[in-house]
Amino acid sequence: MQQYLLHIADNALILGHRLSEWCGHGPALEIDMAMTNISLDLIGQARNMYQYAATLEGDGKTEDDLAYLRDVPEFRNVLLVEQVNGDFANTIARQFLFDTYHYFFQQQLCESQDPQLAAMAEKSLKEVAYHLRWTSEWVIRLGDGTIESKARIQRAFQDLWSFRGELLTPALYETEAVAAGVGVDLGAIKTAVEQKIFNVLDEATLVRPTDGWMHAGGKTGRHSEHLGFILAEMQFLQRAYPNAAW
Amino acid sequence: MTQLLQLEDRFQARIDAEQKIEPKDWMPDAYRKTLIRQISQHAHSEIVGMLPEGNWITRAPSLRRKVALLAKVQDEAGHGLYLYAAAETLGVSRDQMYEELHAGKAKYSSIFNYPTLSWADIGAVGWLVDGAAIMNQVPLCKCSFGPYARAMVRVCKEESFHQRQGFEIMMTLAHGTPAQHKMAQESLNRWWWPSMMMFGPNDDASPHSAQSMRWKIKRYSNDDLRQKFVDVMAEQAAVLGLTIPDPDMHWNADRGHYDFGTIDWKEFDEILRGNGPCNKERLDARNKAWNDGAWVREAATAFAAKRKSATA
Repeated sequence: MQQYLLHIADNALILGHRLSEWCGHGPALEIDMAMTNISLDLIGQARNMYQYAATLEGDGKTEDDLAYLRDVPEFRNVLLVEQVNGDFANTIARQFLFDTYHYFFQQQLCESQDPQLAAMAEKSLKEVAYHLRWTSEWVIRLGDGTIESKARIQRAFQDLWSFRGELLTPALYETEAVAAGVGVDLGAIKTAVEQKIFNVLDEATLVRPTDGWMHAGGKTGRHSEHLGFILAEMQFLQRAYPNAAW
Repeated sequence: MTQLLQLEDRFQARIDAEQKIEPKDWMPDAYRKTLIRQISQHAHSEIVGMLPEGNWITRAPSLRRKVALLAKVQDEAGHGLYLYAAAETLGVSRDQMYEELHAGKAKYSSIFNYPTLSWADIGAVGWLVDGAAIMNQVPLCKCSFGPYARAMVRVCKEESFHQRQGFEIMMTLAHGTPAQHKMAQESLNRWWWPSMMMFGPNDDASPHSAQSMRWKIKRYSNDDLRQKFVDVMAEQAAVLGLTIPDPDMHWNADRGHYDFGTIDWKEFDEILRGNGPCNKERLDARNKAWNDGAWVREAATAFAAKRKSATA
């Protein structure tokens, strides 16, 4: 259960962190603000989940212990969310691939037999529905915009496609969570997730990349080189000034 | 000529009667120009101000602080939006204002040309810089130009929240570990004088002030506002247990105010000339964001045009 909660929280925190890197540097003020909104939602979701995980762990653990005092191998997020922002097209493609999964995931999580998880999912679902709408619109806008925007978003999907598989392939703790009646059966949402992706790509007049090798490992703590740098930056103050309150 | 004089008299009479001037009303060219300059500078300050604070978003020391800082920097973007919109009612476009900023022709608050070097700077910026900004901005809620005054009501509400947040960060650090206390003091040492400069030159050296006061764009003089700031901050620093880096600061019972030392205006002038520690970085960052985003904005425009012609 603990691993499962951390997995959900880590996905949200790391992606929220990545998005927050855009703050102040977006292509237009309105886009800047929208990305920050999504980032705030995701970090908020991560906090709820960490707080819950911390209570279950007991021992006076806090949300910050979980976010700031674990190292790379202990993080359970998928590889997709730790990938660099790249250009705006890359950020949108990464976010869209995550949002399609995240939307159907939260929808199912509302049915969890763990009342706490179900309640959090219900709140998150409203936010994620907006994220998915926003990124879908941008995929379509970029795909059907100019020659340059089409080339950029097409390339972004090409580059990130191989990170899509991990989202829908369960780790052991996910299978166990399903068996316990608290987690989401990824097999049950696979078709809906893919259908949504394909529909939006079609409307965006983009070519669907061919499925080939799919990267995996993040869910069990084998990450890309990027995560170490994210944590080095994020955890700097907590590590440099141990036991201080902020 | 007589007609123009009549218009100007009537305009001034409305201002004297505390009536708001609205975008479609007649106004002297100089009033319009002054407002465009001031509001666009103000908007630019919000947008450039996102950079030094944004510098610590990814390093905020707790999840609560991270979310608060992110939301704060987002508020600054929002302030920029309202202010650009207020300036647009005077007949200048956001893109024109951006061009001036990116070309280095438009000014923004010099304070944002200083670097944020420690987490305590996020506290100090909130406490001192937002504190000074509020002193400058609260009177603008009563500015004679309607759209500016109304935008400022909302801006001030959010700024005072930011200031409390900054003070609370300073409080936590000042009463934290010795290392945190030191971090807070070091930050106050760097931000104090630049914050004092935020009120602008001394009254006798402030070229636009008299006319702006007559037009009720400005309500209090630079030196009056600065004194008010000193009086408030001296007390707050004492509560924090931090020392303001001014050996000449003393309570003067005769004046009923704190006395304070002389500001180094040479430093201020150099920053205005572009020689501050971060002038180049800030402008480069704005230019980069704008240039990197050009293809995105073009795509959005092209897409909107396609959809429009499809439904036409």
